[in-house]
Amino acid sequence: MIGLTHYLIVSAIIFSIGLVGVLRRRNLLMLFFATEVMLNAVNIAFAAISHYYNDLTGQMFAFFIIAIAASEVAVGLGLLIVLYKKYGSLDLDDLASMKG
Amino acid sequence: MYEVIAFYLFSVLTIGLFLVTIMSKNVLYAMTSLAAGMVLIAGFFFILGADFLGVVQLIVYVGAVMALYSFAMMFFDATKDIKEKNTNSSLVFLLGGLSALVLVLMFAAPIHSDAIQALYPMHEGVGNAQDVGIVLFTKYLVPFEVAAVMLLVAMIAGIILAGKKMDDSLTEDLSADDEILTQKDEK
Repeated sequence: MIGLTHYLIVSAIIFSIGLVGVLRRRNLLMLFFATEVMLNAVNIAFAAISHYYNDLTGQMFAFFIIAIAASEVAVGLGLLIVLYKKYGSLDLDDLASMKG
Repeated sequence: MYEVIAFYLFSVLTIGLFLVTIMSKNVLYAMTSLAAGMVLIAGFFFILGADFLGVVQLIVYVGAVMALYSFAMMFFDATKDIKEKNTNSSLVFLLGGLSALVLVLMFAAPIHSDAIQALYPMHEGVGNAQDVGIVLFTKYLVPFEVAAVMLLVAMIAGIILAGKKMDDSLTEDLSADDEILTQKDEK
């Protein structure tokens, strides 16, 4: 039978996939995809805990995460368009203006 | 039995699709596999009994967010492959795996599962949507309204940021126009 641990392990695997993507990607649009992957992984964990503890709080948090992700995408894509107009590229190495 | 089959099928497919999202050089492939993975995550929600969450996932993520991404993809030149300078890929994998493991341990360590008790328990014989609605509009009313204001702010910000100078082309090379003009002048 499938238990809570199974779901949490799948969630952790997907979260680490997203984390590797965030560390590895140099293109801003792809970086956004990786953050979406991470948010979805957390949603799986919340829904699974909500199911196995018979508690609705987890689902509530998943709803608010979805709302936050939607607004993040709206603002982020607006910023990406502004950046693309300004620099003509979405590569992070091109966009680095502070030489630290 | 079906739950087991569905769980393993969904998890293998989701992990594979998200790996494609992370690894692919093509924006179109990455976006398509991300959308497919999100549909499968809605499947996870359905087998977990969170029907309303699954529907919201389908509508908001697969519908709205993916539509936004595909519109954004039209602004950028997405047909050509993305060239990324990936130095030390294996080190990144190691670091990502390690930090994810540390995060999981950090969040899992203090939980004594016996100490958790349901704050808002689900009710027998009541549908998931009704249950969610009752809790959302009583206990979580203020965060719900704040989230609504946040979405409004995000919408206005998106319009303001993306709407400026929309009549200019983003992808065409502007210097090309100048070259054509100078050639005309020379004639």
